[in-house]
This record gives sequence, C-alpha cells and structure tokens, in this order.
Amino acid sequence: MSIWSYANPVKFLALSAKVQPVLWVTSISCVVVGLIWGFFFTPDDFRQGSTVKIIYLHVPSALMAINAWFMMLITSLIWLVRRHHVSALAAKAAAPVGLVMTLIALVTGAIWGQPMWGTWWAWDPRLTSFLILFLFYLGYIALWEAVEDPDTAADLTSVLCLVGSVFAVLSRYAVQFWNQGLHQGTSIPVATGERTVSDVFFYPLLVSMIGFGLLFLALVLYRTGTEIRLRRAQALRVRLERAA
Amino acid sequence: MLLNAQNLTLARGGVPVVAGLSLSLEPGKALILRGPNGAGKTTLLRTIAGLQPALDGEISGAADRIAYAGHADGIKAMLSVRENLAFWAQVFGGDAIEAALDAYALHPLAERLAGTLSAGQKRRLGLSRLLVTGCPVWVLDEPTVSLDVDAVAMFASAIKAHLAGGGSALIATHIDLGLEAEVLDITPYRARPDQRAGASDEAFL
Amino acid sequence: MIALLIRDLRLAFRAGGGFGLGLAFFLIVVTLVPFSVGPQPALLGTIAPGILWLGALLACLLSLDRLLALDYEDGTLDLLLTAPLPLEAAVSVKALAHWLTTGLPLVLAAPVLGVLLNLPVPGYGWLVISLALGTPALSVIGTFGAALTVGIKRGGLLLSLLVLPLYVPTLIFGAEAARRGAGGQDVSTPLLMLAGITLATIALMPFASAAVLRMGLR
Repeated sequence: MSIWSYANPVKFLALSAKVQPVLWVTSISCVVVGLIWGFFFTPDDFRQGSTVKIIYLHVPSALMAINAWFMMLITSLIWLVRRHHVSALAAKAAAPVGLVMTLIALVTGAIWGQPMWGTWWAWDPRLTSFLILFLFYLGYIALWEAVEDPDTAADLTSVLCLVGSVFAVLSRYAVQFWNQGLHQGTSIPVATGERTVSDVFFYPLLVSMIGFGLLFLALVLYRTGTEIRLRRAQALRVRLERAA
Repeated sequence: MLLNAQNLTLARGGVPVVAGLSLSLEPGKALILRGPNGAGKTTLLRTIAGLQPALDGEISGAADRIAYAGHADGIKAMLSVRENLAFWAQVFGGDAIEAALDAYALHPLAERLAGTLSAGQKRRLGLSRLLVTGCPVWVLDEPTVSLDVDAVAMFASAIKAHLAGGGSALIATHIDLGLEAEVLDITPYRARPDQRAGASDEAFL
Repeated sequence: MIALLIRDLRLAFRAGGGFGLGLAFFLIVVTLVPFSVGPQPALLGTIAPGILWLGALLACLLSLDRLLALDYEDGTLDLLLTAPLPLEAAVSVKALAHWLTTGLPLVLAAPVLGVLLNLPVPGYGWLVISLALGTPALSVIGTFGAALTVGIKRGGLLLSLLVLPLYVPTLIFGAEAARRGAGGQDVSTPLLMLAGITLATIALMPFASAAVLRMGLR
C-alpha cells in the first residue's frame, strides 16, 4: 500500500483518529516531564543562574517554529504537484501552530534576554530573523483567510510559501550581514556532533523537544481533521442545495 | 475544423454544472449557445477561451486563435477610442483599425476618450476589438447587451463578414441575429447532482 | 510587449493615472521625519540614507494595488490571458512600467531630498546608485504581491502585509550600501548583493507572478 493512499480524506481521518490519543498522551507527558525535570531537578548554571531554565521552553518552541514552516513548504509542494487536498489543508492547519511557536520563542527569548543582555529586545540576527518569520506566518494566514474559493486559496498560499521560503532564507543571511549579534551559538550543532550543553541540561531538553515535536504533530492532525470536516460539510450542503 | 471540444465537464465554484458536452466549430459557420441563467454558458465560453480548465474532456485547435469578448470590454477610460483599438491590434498582431472603426461607425468618436462614451458606444468599441485581433475564432458572451437596433445590425453584418472570410463564432445570446446558424441548447447537459467527475469537493464526499 | 509598455506609461501620465503621487508621498515622508526626530543636523545626517530608502520603499508600495487591480476590474487581464502574449512577459512589462513611473522618479528625486536631511556629501552618489539598483527589485516583487491579491476585495492592506516581509533583504542591502557610502566605507559587498537580488528577482519572479495570476483568475 502506498503512502499516498492516506491522501484520501476519509482514510486520513481514520488513521489520525487512531494515532491521536497516543500522540496527545505521549506529547503532553513528554512536555510535562521535560519541563518539571528541567525546572526543578537541574542545577543552576554557574554564570546564568536559574534564568537558564527557560531554555526548556525557548529552544523547543524555536525549533518547532522553523520546522512548522518547513512542513508547510513540503505540504505546499505536494499540493502543487499532486493536488492532494489533505496536504493543502495540513499546511493551512500548521500555520497558526507555527505562529504561536514563533511567538513563544520570541517572548521567552525576551524574558531570557532581559537579565542576560540587560535588554528585552536587541536587533540580533536570530531575534530579527524570528520576527521576520513571524511576519511571514501572519501574511500566509491572512492570505488563506482572504481568498474565498478554497482551491484557489490553497494554490495561492502554496506559491506564497515557496517564494516566502526563498526570501526567508535570504533575509536570514541579509540580517546576519547587517548585524553580528549577541545571541549564543546553537546549543546542539548537528553537523559537528559536539554539544555545548552538558548532559545534565541536555537530557531534559531532549525530552522537552520531543514533547514539543509530538505536540505539534497532534495539534496539526487535530486541526487538519477539523478543516477536512468543514470542507466535507460544505460539499454536502452544496449537494443538498443542488438536489433540491 | 477550427476548434473541437469533446466530452467537456465544467465546474463553477468547484461544483460541476455541465457534463458530457461536445461541440465543434467549422470555418464559415457560427454556433449559437442557448440556455437559462446558471446553465453554464459563461463557464463554457471561458473554458473554450482558455481562461479556466475543464474538469474533464479535451479542447483542440484553440491556442492563440481565439478572440474572447466577455461581460467586461477591457476598455481604458483615459485612452481614446483609436488608442484602445491600436493597443489590442498590436498585442494580437493585427492592423485593421480603420476597418474596425468603419464596421461599428466609430469614426466620429475615434479621438474621444473612451471614458466619455455611452454604454452602447463602449460595447461597440469592445466588439470592434474582435476585428483588429485577426483571430479566426470569436467566442462571445452576450455580445448585444446595451446595443440599440442599429448597433445590433452592425454587429450582425460584422459577424456575417467574419464568417464569409472563413472565420467562425461561438455566441451565447438570447436575441435573433438573423444568422444562418446552428443552435446548441446546453440545458440537457446540466450535470446531475450526484455526478462528481473530479470536482474539487469530490474528495470530501 | 512594447504596446503594453506604451499603454501603461500613457495611462500613468494622463489625468487620474497616479503619476507623481508616489513622488509627492516620498517628499511628505521626508518632510515629516525632522518633525518627529528633531532638527539636529548631525542626527539627520546619520539617519538620512535609511530614511530615504524607507521612504522610497513605502512610495513604491503605495501604487502597487493599482498595478493589476485596475486591469482586473475592466476585464483587460482576461483579454491579455487569451492574447498570444506570454503572461510572464506581460507581468514583466507591467513591472517595468511601474518602475519607470514610480521607481525611476524616486531615484532622481532622492538626492534633492537628501539635501533636506543633511546627507553627507560622499553619500549622494552611492544613494542614487543603490536606489537605482534596488528599486527594480521592489517593482518586480511588488508585482508578485499584486498578482497574489488581484481577485481579492480590499486587497490593498493584505498586499502590504505580504510584500513588506519580501522587501527585507532588498532594504537591508540597499540601505547598508547607502549608509556605508555616506560614511565613506567600502560599499562593494552590499552593492553586489543588492545587484544579485535585483537580477535574480527580475529573472525568476515573473514566472511566480504569472503562475499566481493564472490561479487567481480561474
């Protein structure tokens, strides 16, 4: 059986109904365990004190803020190439979740930055990039809301997502060029495999990141289900009207 | 044969309205479309003109040979009648501006700004655009709206001249133009409510 | 194509075409800046390159919602779609016409307004060069935004929301080049980046604009 068979809304709903309870339970427990472990059972950083503990919210949300856009990019491409409705609706469903993740990352970053850098906001490349990402999310959601025909809306937002991705990457480098910044480097650089965070901090962070990832997945499945049911209700109503 | 459409299924707003319709246009012949409001005449004409895709079926021989005239005439108010025509002539690569002005008696108005024309005069300008395109196939959606009796006669003779020159026309209209033309009533091709045929909401039912 | 360009230019210069509106807006923005930040010449001189770039960008944005919406309302876009002219070429020409009627006048007016803001002398040349290089990108990106919102009622505000984030890289490199020029620093990196963005958008964006326009008009 091909993976594309789940592009059928009915099959997708059936599968997501089976997966969702498991996802909700594991994601919420991961987030709760990760946060409690991180907040209460790790030592304070020798330089940053207890303020460092906001990392357990900040890093996972920032990670998901970017990954949500990346997922929207992939689902948009699938919609443009293969025209599976579920794919377009999943992109639509992911956008507000990504927006909230970006907002959490920005707010926790500001709260963390205040004691560390002595300012709530600095025009640091990372912060600025996230602010720009936030604007992209806003525009994307606004375009979905503004177009009446759902298929046209899916087409237009998909192209916006593609073009926006290119410009978001471009902005990232432009911003880096423009201001060198205060933000510390990546906590977990994937390429080198070395960690700048010690194990005590790393494991609760990992649990929290997994939790945020699964929570994102659960939210997107739930919201996609809602979108599918909305479209289904609309289709049924049109059919009733025409039969009358 | 100038244009051939086979087994078309068309949707408006994601809902199928016409199913299983075929038609063909021969040189020198016109085809009149009939049908009540909402039957899908405009949708059919827009599809033939290539402005929207058909859900199903094939259209052949159409590309770049169609002059379409819909409800809006694409007239710029701040350009003169002659400038409007000259623009479309250049875009389509035609050059028969004087002949087009003659056919619809627009010579006295040629230097006026199009924004100062009456509704009927604007329509005449919109129809004269067809002549400057040099396209063999005319696809016309209710071309006689807001025309008076004289102007309708001008339009009918323009159509006759076009057909005599080996052209062809597909016209949705409710009035008799005095043409020797085949009539196609699209009412019987109305899509049944249970017919899905790849409409965008089909996947959700 | 030339016919379309001539028609758009003619329409812009005739009454109600909106030519000069962007220029007037640019002048007003620049006039208002000293009222809001104070008249100290040193401060104005420091922020002048940025203000002039931002003003030019906003003036460009102002006329975007007329770029395709008017042609959509009177049916011209439908007819252009059926014409033997590739839509990609048509949107490129429309972007060019927008630049000639909005961007180019802004480039030429910028040095005059630079005097009002006490722009340092070495900055004038680089300001004009950076604007001349950057404003075509603003027009081309703006055309994409206009194509996205063409069928939407009251799309003007949405257009700004969609286009402004896309303007970020152009603004950063353009204003950076002007700023470095005014400060007597090396301008080659931002200028090259700006030129790269402009050339890439001119080459690629018309395809996205035309695709989006076809989707929106269906």
